[in-house]
Amino acid sequence: MVSRHAQAIITPGRVVVVCLIMVVVLIITMAVALVAGTADVSFSHIAGIITGSLPPDDPLRLIVLKIRLPRIILAGLAGFSLALGGVVFQAILRNPLADPFILGVSSGSAFGAVLAIFCGLGFSFGVPVFSFAGALLTIYLVMSLGAKRMGMESSTILLTGVIINAFFTAVIMFFISVSANERLHSMLFWLYGDLSRSRIGQLGFIAPIVLAVFCWLYSLSKELNIITTGDDIAAQLGVNVGSAKKTCLVLVSLLMGLVVAFSGLIGFVGLIVPHLARMAFRADHRMLMPVASLGGAIFLIAADTLARTLVSPGELPVGVVTAFMGAPFFILLLRKKGGQWSRS
Amino acid sequence: MEPVLSLHTIGFCYGQQPALTGVDLRLMDAEILGIIGPNGSGKSTLLKIMGGLLTPTDGAILLHGRPLRGLNRPELAREIAMVAQENYFRFAFTALEVVLMGRYPHLKRLQFEGQKDIDAALHALEATQAAELADRPIHELSGGERQRVLIARALAQEPRIMLLDEPTSFLDLKFKREIFRLIAELSRDTGLTVALVSHDIDLAAMYCSRLVMLKQGAVYTTGAPEDVVTTANIKAVYDCPVLVDTNPATGRPRTSIV
Repeated sequence: MVSRHAQAIITPGRVVVVCLIMVVVLIITMAVALVAGTADVSFSHIAGIITGSLPPDDPLRLIVLKIRLPRIILAGLAGFSLALGGVVFQAILRNPLADPFILGVSSGSAFGAVLAIFCGLGFSFGVPVFSFAGALLTIYLVMSLGAKRMGMESSTILLTGVIINAFFTAVIMFFISVSANERLHSMLFWLYGDLSRSRIGQLGFIAPIVLAVFCWLYSLSKELNIITTGDDIAAQLGVNVGSAKKTCLVLVSLLMGLVVAFSGLIGFVGLIVPHLARMAFRADHRMLMPVASLGGAIFLIAADTLARTLVSPGELPVGVVTAFMGAPFFILLLRKKGGQWSRS
Repeated sequence: MEPVLSLHTIGFCYGQQPALTGVDLRLMDAEILGIIGPNGSGKSTLLKIMGGLLTPTDGAILLHGRPLRGLNRPELAREIAMVAQENYFRFAFTALEVVLMGRYPHLKRLQFEGQKDIDAALHALEATQAAELADRPIHELSGGERQRVLIARALAQEPRIMLLDEPTSFLDLKFKREIFRLIAELSRDTGLTVALVSHDIDLAAMYCSRLVMLKQGAVYTTGAPEDVVTTANIKAVYDCPVLVDTNPATGRPRTSIV
């Protein structure tokens, strides 16, 4: 009896094993993404770059190292962050439909970024900072308008988020409409998710932040488990509910600020990936957070590979691809489960 | 005898709205205290104050003679457990995982549950006759089963005091009786001290050793069930004419609306 139950309980060993498997899948996905594209790169080229047998001035080497690799890593980091943000928001609001995109945090962040671009600030510093500020402002608005206190009714919060989302989208369109012509195109493209701007230098700035935020959020994973069952009961079980929630909200805003500044608005990742992760590994956040985050990275790398190969030599915004995949996925799920998807 | 938990002239306001005034209350070791009163009389607020969830605007609370405010959340959680009225199960935790959450105040940050915690959780599930539910998803359980799992979670905290807010409010007759019997047994067998809020005067009178009747945020009367549940008290507090007689099966007072 006891040993049978012990099987069902999450242990650090099980989390590590599952994560290692996910990392292997992630590496394979990255390798496939590296060889996919207009220029003919093969696995032997990749091997040649790694071993150094390919001459350093070979154009394929440049394509792989300067164009494809940074883009793939950015897609991975963005997908990782979006799925992580989705998991955390869903836990705090106790609603599997909550994610930073739906709550308007992404569009608030995009508003900050557009404002920064409009004012002529650079993508390396001004845009991310404004983007983070936009995310924080949106969270603050959603929480203070949608709830009188932190013990909030989550449908009110979602509705408030939808309204704020609509508002900021309108503001963004306003800025795009009044801005000069050549800026317009780049803004529109970026608005639907654009990973092509990635530079190795930026990744060195983003990756440590994403990793640190993940570790911090992971240290709150048990608290998130308990918070999903109710605020009062979480407090009574010894959780500092208010500070845990605030920490999570600020950290997720930081992640969304980063993602939006460097890759634009990418929807659905924060909904689909956590949902699939819950179907496979249930609800415990100690397993769910790393699995969903790594899954988000894999998903977005795959989606971006499709985005740049489907209409080759042109390319689609990656947000268009995730929406094409995400919307039918949710309709299917809704039909199959008759609206009971929160209980998968 | 020294009370386990004592409240001294407790007052509490929601904004400008006073919810409790001048409440004095002593919770004695291993007793089952029932808190009754009409809607809006401050029952749940009182329970939350006893659990340290709300900080009173006036007065003091002592746990074993020491101020409750001196304890941090996990320390408090090892002393006082609560079965709340509002519970959300939107995600697929098993009953065992829910009960294991009760071990949170006994674990370090990021420490995973060990065999000792699993044993404590299974023991709690057995005590609430819910052992066979361990692997079932919590949201698929019936109201009565779920309530037994939630009481098991509170037990897994290994508290000295358990507070229950309307533990039987959504349950049918059979489960009402089962839950109250379970609480009475736990208190008798383990010396657990219980305070519960109930809308059901008859059940509270039947299973509680002592009752507190609240009216408009103040204690109207307190004492043995037969002294509290009287025609005159209920008329005065609930503004409803009732007939009170003695339940021949239990010897406890029984109310009938007339």
